[in-house]
Amino acid sequence: MGAIQAPDLSLAALAPLLFVFGAAAVGVLVEAFAPRDVRHPVQVTLALVGMVGAFASTILLAGTREVTAGRALAVDGAALFLQAIIAALGALSVLLFAERSLDPARSAFVASAAVPAGSLRDVELATSERVQTEVYPLASFAVGGMMLFTAANDLLIMFVALEVLSLPLYLMSGLARRRRLLSQEAAVKYFLLGAFASAFFLYGLALVYGSTGSVQLADIRAASSADGTDTLLVLGLGLLVVGLMFKASVAPFHTWTPDVYQGAPTPVSAFMAAATKVAAFGAILRLLYVGFGTADWTWRPLVYGLAIVSMVVGAVLGLTQTDVKRMLAYSSIAHAGFLLTGVIGLSNDGSGSGLAATMFYLLTYGLTTLGIFAVVTLVRDGDGEATHLSQWAGLAQRSPLTAGLMTFFLLALAGIPLTSGFTGKFAVFRAAIEVGAWPLAVIALLASAVAAFFYLRLVVLMYFSDPAPDGPTVGVAGLPTTTVLAVTAAATLVLGIVPGSVLDLARSAAVLVG
Amino acid sequence: MSDFPWLLAMIVVPAAGAAVVAALPRGRDLLAKQVALGVSLLVFLLAVLATVAFDTGGPRFQLTTSVSWIADFGVSFALGVDGIALVMLLLIGLLVPVVLVASWADTMPAHRSMRSYVAWLLLLEAMMVGVFAATDVFLFYVFFEAMLVPMYFLIGSYGGPRRQYAAMKFFLYSLVGGLVMLASVIGLYVVSNSQLGQGTFAFDALRQLDIDPGVQKLLFIGFFVAFAIKAPLVPFHTWLPDSGAEAPIGGAVLLVGVLDKVGTFGFLRYCLPLFPDASRDLAPWILVLAVIGVLYAALLAMGQSDMKRLVSYTSIAHFGFIALGIFAFTTEAATGAVLYMVSHGIATGLLFLVIGMLIARGGSRHIRDYGGVAAKAPLLAGVFLIAGLASLSLPGTSSFVSELLVLIGAFPTRPVFTILATTGIILAALYILIMYQRTMHGPPRGVLLADDEPAAAVPAGTSGGATAVMDAPARTRSLRVQDLSRRELAVVAPLVALIVALGVYPQPLIDLVRPAVAATMDDVGSDPGGITPTHPGSEGTN
Repeated sequence: MGAIQAPDLSLAALAPLLFVFGAAAVGVLVEAFAPRDVRHPVQVTLALVGMVGAFASTILLAGTREVTAGRALAVDGAALFLQAIIAALGALSVLLFAERSLDPARSAFVASAAVPAGSLRDVELATSERVQTEVYPLASFAVGGMMLFTAANDLLIMFVALEVLSLPLYLMSGLARRRRLLSQEAAVKYFLLGAFASAFFLYGLALVYGSTGSVQLADIRAASSADGTDTLLVLGLGLLVVGLMFKASVAPFHTWTPDVYQGAPTPVSAFMAAATKVAAFGAILRLLYVGFGTADWTWRPLVYGLAIVSMVVGAVLGLTQTDVKRMLAYSSIAHAGFLLTGVIGLSNDGSGSGLAATMFYLLTYGLTTLGIFAVVTLVRDGDGEATHLSQWAGLAQRSPLTAGLMTFFLLALAGIPLTSGFTGKFAVFRAAIEVGAWPLAVIALLASAVAAFFYLRLVVLMYFSDPAPDGPTVGVAGLPTTTVLAVTAAATLVLGIVPGSVLDLARSAAVLVG
Repeated sequence: MSDFPWLLAMIVVPAAGAAVVAALPRGRDLLAKQVALGVSLLVFLLAVLATVAFDTGGPRFQLTTSVSWIADFGVSFALGVDGIALVMLLLIGLLVPVVLVASWADTMPAHRSMRSYVAWLLLLEAMMVGVFAATDVFLFYVFFEAMLVPMYFLIGSYGGPRRQYAAMKFFLYSLVGGLVMLASVIGLYVVSNSQLGQGTFAFDALRQLDIDPGVQKLLFIGFFVAFAIKAPLVPFHTWLPDSGAEAPIGGAVLLVGVLDKVGTFGFLRYCLPLFPDASRDLAPWILVLAVIGVLYAALLAMGQSDMKRLVSYTSIAHFGFIALGIFAFTTEAATGAVLYMVSHGIATGLLFLVIGMLIARGGSRHIRDYGGVAAKAPLLAGVFLIAGLASLSLPGTSSFVSELLVLIGAFPTRPVFTILATTGIILAALYILIMYQRTMHGPPRGVLLADDEPAAAVPAGTSGGATAVMDAPARTRSLRVQDLSRRELAVVAPLVALIVALGVYPQPLIDLVRPAVAATMDDVGSDPGGITPTHPGSEGTN
């Protein structure tokens, strides 16, 4: 027996992942050994250091194009660009987690998640200022998993990353301090459906392996372009796509999204809506572009159809929502459809601006979504956040600044020019029309118009309605939330007015090695 | 002097003014109004100076500035005007200060401040200038959509009782149109990418494209729908009466006077030159819509009791005339259409302003709530009459010249449509004169009536929809109505003067727009002979 060949491992190229996973591992130790009163500042600092470090190292690595770790990981332009987005969104989300001045109990997270909701102990803890800090290492693990997801060059690693990012999210969804039952229900629902989706993914993986004899994306590509009609391969691709679309909350695999966004603590909803979407689309792009390449017989009709379903479901069902967080969930479903419109933008010769456009859209969407959830955390009544739409009536008169920010973010989501949302939409629609998918683009434009209706409805409520006498109050945001709001609003504006340099960056980063 | 970036200044100045006004502390409404008026007068001055710098015999687009904006999309921040755009800028420059003075004494709804109202007005002005001055299709689209936001807030925050509904309807109609246009804009880009090797949105480059007729038709429809919603042609018109009726008077003047002209301007600037084949092929259908608009909207106007709705419907009829002038494809008719855009802006603007003054006195928008006002307020009635006559295109008013040009110009190529549209003039006389007669003449009645005995006085203007109360013969009642104040006279005077001046001597305006119109007709390649331009020398513009 020969010695086991150690795979080549370029540690430098993995620096972003090492930073985040390192911070997460140390965070677990801190949780176990550090005294309670120093845990919160230490954990926040640790998580931020990990994510900022990861962000910085992606910038230092810019231009790297290599396949490493025994061809399991691809560190290329797309991976680094998306990892940088995830790290940045993760760091901003950690700031939202760390906000202590909004809730009277000093945290959006439950003091002890294991205590049954409604029990005496729970009531006692609800008003205590004890905060738990597991959420920070959990978030770090999730961010690590997401970053791994976008770089996975091998279906097994992709599956591992999927689980690494999902498991912490299931837990984090159940950590809300208020309305605990709703939160726990969300967590269980997310877990069950997520487990299903993982099973789909795994089954698809097995079928693809059975068909091509490899889990490497490059080998799959070689096999798929050679023998495109293999039923097993097509079936496997379909199942893999189902697993990934679930994470990206693409309809018809979206049913968990509204419940989970509504039930989870709002900072966690923000994190899920922004960062998970980026990671899932990173994996979708890599799987389809690298693994199945230009063999458009397979994935293109599938993605085309899913894009339409997702846009229509998101836009139409969003109309009927009465809860801000649910509405944003449907908005997220519609945006997943818009993103798929960009994914279509790969022409048969492998050119096309789809990759760059989708990545740019992910950036704009992530930042705007994070900002909008941050605004949602500000509007509160006695029982936590006031998320019912009617409670937002006349908000502009109580707090013009909050309403103004919210309006700005909503206009960005609606894709009104001079906001980043418009630039992003333009980029993905152009990518689709360039490859001749103009019917899809027209449907996307009409769906945008429908979606604009429910965004505007909130604007109407805030500005043109009179406030209810016992309406919610607008909390005074502490430094962390203020930072998040400032960064996301500035980004939404700048990417709308002078997006040139970032678009160029996305274009030059639109490289997938395989 | 022509190197000065006039157009950029006309965008930056009101935008900066809006920011300054919005940043003023609460309660400084007077200061806000003064700053806004100063800014808007400065913009007007800039527009006038730009007109002086404009050379009617020169190249098609003048006063151009262009900087690369989003290189990846091939977008540049390119501004420039032809004669058509220039007169629209003049109209904007004129109407905004007029509207500001007209709104000077308005009381704002609860919780709304004059400060934010004028800030939105100035922002709207900046966007409107941008729409007309853009020579890059992408930039045009950006302003086209961004323009909705200030108007949306003007209607929604400061409008009438159904303002929420009206604001939403306005926004959604325009947004849908805009998004359909966006598909065409991207389509143009893709075509330019394949033909020129590099995607561009520059109008001059796109004009050179040779687009396949089938594709042209699709792209044309995208643009057309957006513009037909803006300058409402009949199946797309239902938002305008709601918005026009619910918008505050200042907003309504700018909405109907300028904003909607973006649609007809878009026909001329984008639909015809970019898609000449499609324009020619589809022109009969558009003319059908235009003529239906002229007649149908006129009939609807006659049935309105709400004066603001009535004027909105008259505008739809007028837009039908303008579309007829544009899609008749003669220089004469299209020149008339551009003139019509200007004179409609002035005449309808004046009509809205006068009605606003009447509503400010009586508190009701309904015709039935007024009567016999002329006896007590002759100036108000006189201006009302002038505005009304200008709207029905009486000879001697500016609208007459433009309407005549449209009809004469369109007759040789489209006799049937022209004859049908001409009947609209009769209807116009009906709806305008009926409104004028009922409100201004006849026995005193309506909400302005007040008891003569001071002890039992019914406070005037309390009830929105109370009809005439003539039931108590024992008590004598008479109209209590103030005639126009000095401020109001200052508002209407320039518009009245312009209506008459342009009615008597429209030549300067014609000289200004004709080269651009001729160039547009040249683009579309169908100016059938028979009508020789009055200034042949100006035909050869590039």
